[in-house]
Amino acid sequence: MAKAETKKNLESEPVVDTLTVTVDGKAVEVPKTMPDPMDGRPIPTTMIQACKLAGAEVPHFCYHPKLPVAGNCRMCLVEFGTLAMDKNRKPIVDAEGQPVVRKMPRPAIACATPVSPNMEIYTQSEGTVEMRRAVMEFLLINHPLDCPICDQAGECRLQEYSVDHGQGASRFVEQKVHKPKQVDLGPRIMLDDERCILCSRCIRFTRDIAGDDALGFVDRGSHSTLAHYPNRPFDNNYTLNTVDICPVGALTSKDFRFQMRVWFLKESSSICSGCATGCNITVGSRENRIYRFTPRENDAVNSSWMCDAGRLDYKWVGREDRLKNVQVRNNDGVLVPSDWSRALGEIADILREVPEDSVALIASARLSNEELYLLNLLAGKLGAVTDSIPRKGDKDALLVHADKNPNMNGAIATGISTKRPGSKLKLIAKGIKSGALKTLIVFGENLSACEMDDELLSTLEHLIVCDILPNETTASADYLLPGCSHLEKRGTFINAKGRVQKFMRAAEQPGDSRPEWEFLLELLKRIDGTNGVASIEGLFNQMAADVPALDGVSWGDLGETGVSIEI
Amino acid sequence: MSMIVKRKELSFWERLYIPALISGFKVTLSHFFRPNVTMQYPEEKWVLPEGYRGAPLLVKDQEERTKCVSCQLCEFVCPPKAIRITPPGPEANPECGNIEKEPEEFEIDMLRCIFCGYCQEVCPEEAIFLQQDYSLIGTQRDQMVWDKEKLLEEGGIHQDDIMKWKNK
Repeated sequence: MAKAETKKNLESEPVVDTLTVTVDGKAVEVPKTMPDPMDGRPIPTTMIQACKLAGAEVPHFCYHPKLPVAGNCRMCLVEFGTLAMDKNRKPIVDAEGQPVVRKMPRPAIACATPVSPNMEIYTQSEGTVEMRRAVMEFLLINHPLDCPICDQAGECRLQEYSVDHGQGASRFVEQKVHKPKQVDLGPRIMLDDERCILCSRCIRFTRDIAGDDALGFVDRGSHSTLAHYPNRPFDNNYTLNTVDICPVGALTSKDFRFQMRVWFLKESSSICSGCATGCNITVGSRENRIYRFTPRENDAVNSSWMCDAGRLDYKWVGREDRLKNVQVRNNDGVLVPSDWSRALGEIADILREVPEDSVALIASARLSNEELYLLNLLAGKLGAVTDSIPRKGDKDALLVHADKNPNMNGAIATGISTKRPGSKLKLIAKGIKSGALKTLIVFGENLSACEMDDELLSTLEHLIVCDILPNETTASADYLLPGCSHLEKRGTFINAKGRVQKFMRAAEQPGDSRPEWEFLLELLKRIDGTNGVASIEGLFNQMAADVPALDGVSWGDLGETGVSIEI
Repeated sequence: MSMIVKRKELSFWERLYIPALISGFKVTLSHFFRPNVTMQYPEEKWVLPEGYRGAPLLVKDQEERTKCVSCQLCEFVCPPKAIRITPPGPEANPECGNIEKEPEEFEIDMLRCIFCGYCQEVCPEEAIFLQQDYSLIGTQRDQMVWDKEKLLEEGGIHQDDIMKWKNK
């Protein structure tokens, strides 16, 4: 984390003042200053950052690279030495002319102590190891040892450090201090005060990052407890991030609480599709059921955070009424189950014969770039008018974007939409009404929201619809193709700032549904016989060669955190 | 390479066969006077040695509390994946005190179970024990999937000396 930041810092500013420190006998050159996590102004590099650069992990609870330093857990105490000075504050040199480094008599917390030239840091010395053991023992005095119950087990810092730095048995024979349990902090957070180690990460997060000074410690001393402001629930849109950064199981998500142990969750890298910000997420799933989203660090997009609304926006994926079968309207006007091969064959036959300027295509900006690209190719062959439907909503200063489509920039870049999304929708509606447009292809949108109700749609000769969940438009379809959510396929989105990011598959699609790009490739092949690529990687690279905005980007370049392009 | 094994020539005494028959009858007869070793299973059953690994069963403590807290470690460690636990979900039970969890459902597929005892070994709550049941009978496959109710009923009460949750 800090390493990546520094690297970037070094790249953007070629001249960086550095100094040399020695970590466990290994000399490492570190920048004199690092950007403050809050405002980015340069502040002196601390020992913990220097150790990270040297590859030595210093255990810590309260320190978080994205939060202001508090220095209250004492876990990062290390022994260190500085240049020995004489009476005139001149470095003492030895017989060979080398400056003498003397170990300081007392340790210091690595997270808040700036480095100085020629400093030596001892992260594995006997004293340091003994201090960690002692701090662990103190932290565990009042900590309930209920790991079999606690949801944090498996991703708990206290548990991990207890194994690494603690001792096997407790020497504590007295009664533990009891504090409130199952405290309702807000609509999404439940607090267990007994497990809290008072690191104050949550307080700093909500005060300094979310801008809602809602949490604090009350009852000083042994009975210190975390509490929210009286009569005001902890309910801002970023509360669940405190669950992520809580090093123990004190803050728990009401949504994920006692649902599944974390070691069963398969983690897939994906993108939140709630808005155009495109926060990077890790999807936790087991046996095709999605249990949670957690933010994945990407400093170019979402830092380490995501909003609560986006985080809880996964339940529709496993809904019972998901479209699972290919359906075709028969001669009696009833939708009956069909299969892919027959439906795609019939659609290809229809589309091969349609006269130019009689087709419209409306594609959702929730589809991936690859799918929008293929749809645009299809529209080009048919001479179809295309558009996307804009979705506007609330925004905030941190992460939430007003554009609720995750990939509107993709729709613009691939040519499905103009720079003004939705500008052709009126034209399409008018075309259908006048009878000029006879065939409508809809991917992932409910047209009743933009004044195309089923009465109007019933005047069409052919209505080809692909969607995930049933709605008014899918009910009027002549051909209904079940698609996949972005969690069930691979692909890329372009976010509001022009970041091209890929998402990986987290779950199997239900029933007969297929990723849209897969059957679109097949449909294109059936229409004009062209043989294309068959993999998402190849498709992306083909798209990048065709779409000017994506010039020079390849699937391999995207990596975990994506690539920025000009939009 | 083939080899010819030469048979031993039988003597006249051996060729009579009657002495061999008599010695055979003697062996048979001697068994009439030995102690009886046949057990009338299933009316009679043998005494199992201590540490015998029979069916894994859930237990309650002396206060009739289900000891399992649904930590799912046994499900994780189970080599044949015979155990399946459904956690209780977020709804808090206000009466449970500090023992906030209890499995919503706990199933062991006794057809999959290999009686290895890993579940008992890994259990941090001493809630599952391999007990003495070895004769597990069902006429359908789904009868061999024992649910929480059945496992607790068969498992009985564990006389727990530690009572981990007593003073919590």
